[in-house]
Amino acid sequence: MSYVLEVNGLSKSYRDFTLDNISFKLEKGYVMGFIGPNGAGKSTTIKLMMNLIKRNSGEIKIFGMDNILHEKEIKEKIGFVYDESTFYGVLTINEMKGIIRPFYREWDEDKFQRCLKEFELNPDKKIDDLSKGMKMKFSLAIALSHNAELILMDEPTSGLDPIFRSELLDILYSIIQDEEKSIFFSTHITSDLEKIADYITFINQGKLVFSRAKDDVLENYAIIKGRKELLTDEVKRAFTGLRLSSTGFEGLTDNIPRIRELLKDQVLIEKASLDDIMIYSVRRAINV
Amino acid sequence: MDIIISNTSDEPIYRQIVNQVKVLILNGELKEGHALPSIRGLARDLRISVITTSRAYEELEREGFIRSVPGKGSFVSEENKEFLKEKKLQILEDKLLQAIEESKSLNLSFNELVEMLRLLYQEEK
Repeated sequence: MSYVLEVNGLSKSYRDFTLDNISFKLEKGYVMGFIGPNGAGKSTTIKLMMNLIKRNSGEIKIFGMDNILHEKEIKEKIGFVYDESTFYGVLTINEMKGIIRPFYREWDEDKFQRCLKEFELNPDKKIDDLSKGMKMKFSLAIALSHNAELILMDEPTSGLDPIFRSELLDILYSIIQDEEKSIFFSTHITSDLEKIADYITFINQGKLVFSRAKDDVLENYAIIKGRKELLTDEVKRAFTGLRLSSTGFEGLTDNIPRIRELLKDQVLIEKASLDDIMIYSVRRAINV
Repeated sequence: MDIIISNTSDEPIYRQIVNQVKVLILNGELKEGHALPSIRGLARDLRISVITTSRAYEELEREGFIRSVPGKGSFVSEENKEFLKEKKLQILEDKLLQAIEESKSLNLSFNELVEMLRLLYQEEK
């Protein structure tokens, strides 16, 4: 099995924040969503991958190579799509491409032109006049034209409307059709891109909560609703997080068989979304 | 190939695909040797993950409904006519059992049921 991305025991300390011993891997040809609330350490992790900041310990391998020793080779094959635009605003799309193009050994101009057409980008338009969504499409067009094998996106959907997010999803699906390309994206909005994700890596307060196949996660967690008097200490222990109100309780569990055993049909058992899982896991951390 | 996925159903998505493809094969809409969409194509069309569609295809293959040829794709099994017939007979049996239950609840005798079946069978001809 070949991995495009392997993160082992990654740590980075700031005065007020520590990314603590993060590990996960992504197989070639698959998509991983990197989720967590604001300030969880997602951007720090991505900056460490791109070697924009220095790690304290751990290792990162991309395409099987150390990300610091082989930085140049690795970056040739990464399409980095950043939350903020890193382009010069006064230039047109075409002029900006002229600057970027020489940095890459493998540049496919035909592919770039096809992308512009497909993404409906006007090459003579100034970067400053592009909407946020169009800037993102331009980044993707660049990534696809230098034949990136790993698309790395930091918060690609923040500030984008649902229509554009849906369009982005289509583009990502077309990217993964050939089994060669992998995608890693971070997001705190889990409800749209999560569709395409094969794996979910969830971090909170600098620590790994889990990194697993999305289907396993969704099958293992459930939202339980019921009357408050059912909540004995024994029952409470089976929950990851609980919310009480005057009308009853709602909670998240990753132990559905135990809840069934204890409460049988006295409660409602519903599918949990990634949002539910994120919210209850984070809340518990705050309450402890 | 029509597949409708419910996001609110309790049934996992891969199961929904398995069940619907089975029905399409058993009722003859997907014929022997027919090529199924690629795993990645189906993931795109249904807007689900590649792992989910792979899992559905693996399950269908394990149960003998389809076969996968590396590099070519997945096809409806053809060598297994007997197998499909058996599956169809199973479905027919289930339906007959239902008819028997219904007739019992209406207090029809066995002979009355057989007579009804005979009439209907002849009408169809």
